[in-house]
Amino acid sequence: MSDNLLEIKELSTGFFTEDGFLPALDKVSLTLKKGETLGVVGESGSGKSLTSLSVMNLIPTPGKAVGGEILFKGKNLLQLGEEQMRAIRGNEISMIFQEPMTSLNPVYSVGEQIMEVLRLHQQLDKKVARAKTIDMLRLVGIPSPEKRVDDYPHQLSGGMRQRVMIAMALSCQPDLLIADEPTTALDVTTQAQILDLMLDLKERLQTSILLITHDLGVIAEAADHVAVMYAGKVVEYAEVKRFFREPLHPYSQGLMNSIPTLEQTRERLQVIRGVVPTLQQMPKGCRFCTRCDEKQTLCEEEAPPLIGYQGSQVSCWKYTERWEPSPR
Amino acid sequence: MSQHADLASNTAVNETISSLKKDSIVAEAWKRFKKNRLAMVGGMILCLLVLTAVFAPLISPYDPYSSVKNQTGMLNVMAPPSGEHWLGTDSLGRDILSRLIYGGRISLSVALVAVAISTGIGVLLGLLAGYYGKWVDAVIMRVTDIVICFPVLFLVISVSTMLTPSIYNVMIIIGLVSWTTMTRLVRGEVLRIREMEYVEAVRALGQNNLVIVFKHVLPNIMAPITVQATLQTAEAILTESALSFLGVGVQQPIPSWGNMLQDATSIMVLQFKPWIWAPPGIAILLTILSINLVGDGLRDALDPKTKN
Repeated sequence: MSDNLLEIKELSTGFFTEDGFLPALDKVSLTLKKGETLGVVGESGSGKSLTSLSVMNLIPTPGKAVGGEILFKGKNLLQLGEEQMRAIRGNEISMIFQEPMTSLNPVYSVGEQIMEVLRLHQQLDKKVARAKTIDMLRLVGIPSPEKRVDDYPHQLSGGMRQRVMIAMALSCQPDLLIADEPTTALDVTTQAQILDLMLDLKERLQTSILLITHDLGVIAEAADHVAVMYAGKVVEYAEVKRFFREPLHPYSQGLMNSIPTLEQTRERLQVIRGVVPTLQQMPKGCRFCTRCDEKQTLCEEEAPPLIGYQGSQVSCWKYTERWEPSPR
Repeated sequence: MSQHADLASNTAVNETISSLKKDSIVAEAWKRFKKNRLAMVGGMILCLLVLTAVFAPLISPYDPYSSVKNQTGMLNVMAPPSGEHWLGTDSLGRDILSRLIYGGRISLSVALVAVAISTGIGVLLGLLAGYYGKWVDAVIMRVTDIVICFPVLFLVISVSTMLTPSIYNVMIIIGLVSWTTMTRLVRGEVLRIREMEYVEAVRALGQNNLVIVFKHVLPNIMAPITVQATLQTAEAILTESALSFLGVGVQQPIPSWGNMLQDATSIMVLQFKPWIWAPPGIAILLTILSINLVGDGLRDALDPKTKN
C-alpha cells in the first residue's frame, strides 16, 4: 500500500459541445501524499477547478472524464456509481468553494447546514449532531458558537462564512479536503487567518489538502508540493521550496517574473505576452508555444511529455536531449 | 451633548444588532410589508372578507336559500334596501346581504382550492423541468406551451358543460388550466438557483438530488411562488365569477358572487335595480383589488433586491 492518498493518472476531461469534443484537461497527472498539501496554480481556464470537480465526479454537463483514472485510497473514483460517489462526497472527500457569500444556503441557519452533513453521513440524532456542530464551530474559531449556531448566513461576515464552510467540509473528518480558491474572495488579513486555520486543522484532523489557487503567495505559504497548470495540462510539478528557488518551465518563470517586488521599482509590471489559446484553437505541439520566448520548431510540432528533471517534473523540450542549444 | 448623541447612536446600534440577531427571513419580510400602507389596507380588507366568509352562519341575518314573505304573504321580491333587508332582496325574494356573505364563502373557497391545485402542479413541474433539464425540461415546457395556447374560457365552459357543473368541478377545472404561469416562473427561478454555489456545495457534500430540489432549491424560491399564488387567487376569483355568471360554474341556489350577477342580464334590473348587482360586483372588485395590493406588497417585501 502506497502512501499516496490521491493519484490522478493521465486524466482527460472534456466537453461534448455542438462544435465537437473539446479537450479541457489533457492527460493530467497529480499525486497527493497523505497529510500533505498540494497546491495547484494556473490562470483562469487552465483547468484547475475542472480537475477538482473531476475528483468529486461533479463535472458540469456536457463535460465528462474520458480517459485516465483517479485513484483515491486505491479505488478508481471514475468507476464508482453515483450512489457510491455520494457516500464519499462530504464524508471522505470534502470541498470548500471560492465564494463564501453564496456558498451557504440563505434560508437555513449555519447550524442546520452543518448538521445536515453530519446527519447524512454519520446518522447522528439531532441532539448529538447539534453538539458536534457547536464543537466544529468552536474548532474553526467562531466566537460563542452556542449562539452563532442559530445564525443565518447573512448575519455573518465573509471570513466567518468561510469558517463555517470549513467547519461543514471537515465535520465528517474527510481524508481529503479540496479547497477551490478558498481565500480569493476574502480581504488580505482574513485570507491569512483562513489559511492558518486550514493548515492548523489539517495537522489536527490528519487531512490532506488539494489547494487550488491562482495566488502564488498562497502556495508559498501553505503548500508542500505545487503543480502548475496551463491550458489543461500540468506543465510543472515540484516541491515548493525548489519551485520558488528555481522554476523550470518557461511559463512558471513567467509567472514568477510577473510578481512585483519591493526592491525593484519598475515602470510597468512584467507580463507574459499573449493570452491562453481557446480550446478550439489549441496548438498541435506544446500548448504554451504561442506565448513562449524560447520556442523552437520542435515545440510547435510535438507536445512535450512530462519528464523527471532533478526531482521535479516538467513538461518542456528544454530539459530533453532533443533540445538544440541556442547558437548564442 | 455629544455624549448624548453617542449614547443614542450606541443604543441604536445595539438595537439593530439585536434585531438582526432575532429576525428570521419571514420576520424581516413582515417588517418591510408593514411599511407598505396600500398593502396593509389591502391586507385588512382581505382579512375582513375572509372573516365574514368563515363566520358566515353567525353573521348573515337571513337564510340565503329561502325566500322571504312580506306581511301580505307574498314573496318579497326585488325589494330595495331597507332596515329589514340592508341590501334588499333578489328576484326570488332572498336576502342579498346573506347571499353576498355566503357567496363570498363559495367564491373564496373555490379560488383557494383552484390555486392550491394549480400551484401544486405548477411548482412540481417547474422544479422538475428546471432542475433536471434536458428532455424532462423539453417535454414539460412543450406541454406547458400547448396548455397556454388553449383558450381558457372556452375550454372551461365546454368541459364544465360536459361534466355536471358543481363547485368541485369548477375548482378542479380552474386549477387544471391555470398552472402554466407558475410552471414557467418556477422553472426560471430554479435555473437561477441551480447554479448557485450553495447548491453545488450540498452536492459536493454528498446530498442526493431529490433532497436538494425540495430542501435547498424550493425554499429559496418560495418568495416568487407566494406572490404568484396570491395574484393567481385574484384571477381564479374572476374566472369563477365569469363561469358562474354564464351559468356553467356554481349553480343556483348555491350563491356565488358570479351567479348573483346573473340577474343583471335583464335590462330592467340593470337600469332600475342596482342593489341587486352592485353588491356582488363591488365585492369582486374589492377582493381582487385587495389581493393584488397584498400581492404587490408581498413582492416588494420578499424580493431580496429591494432589501432596505
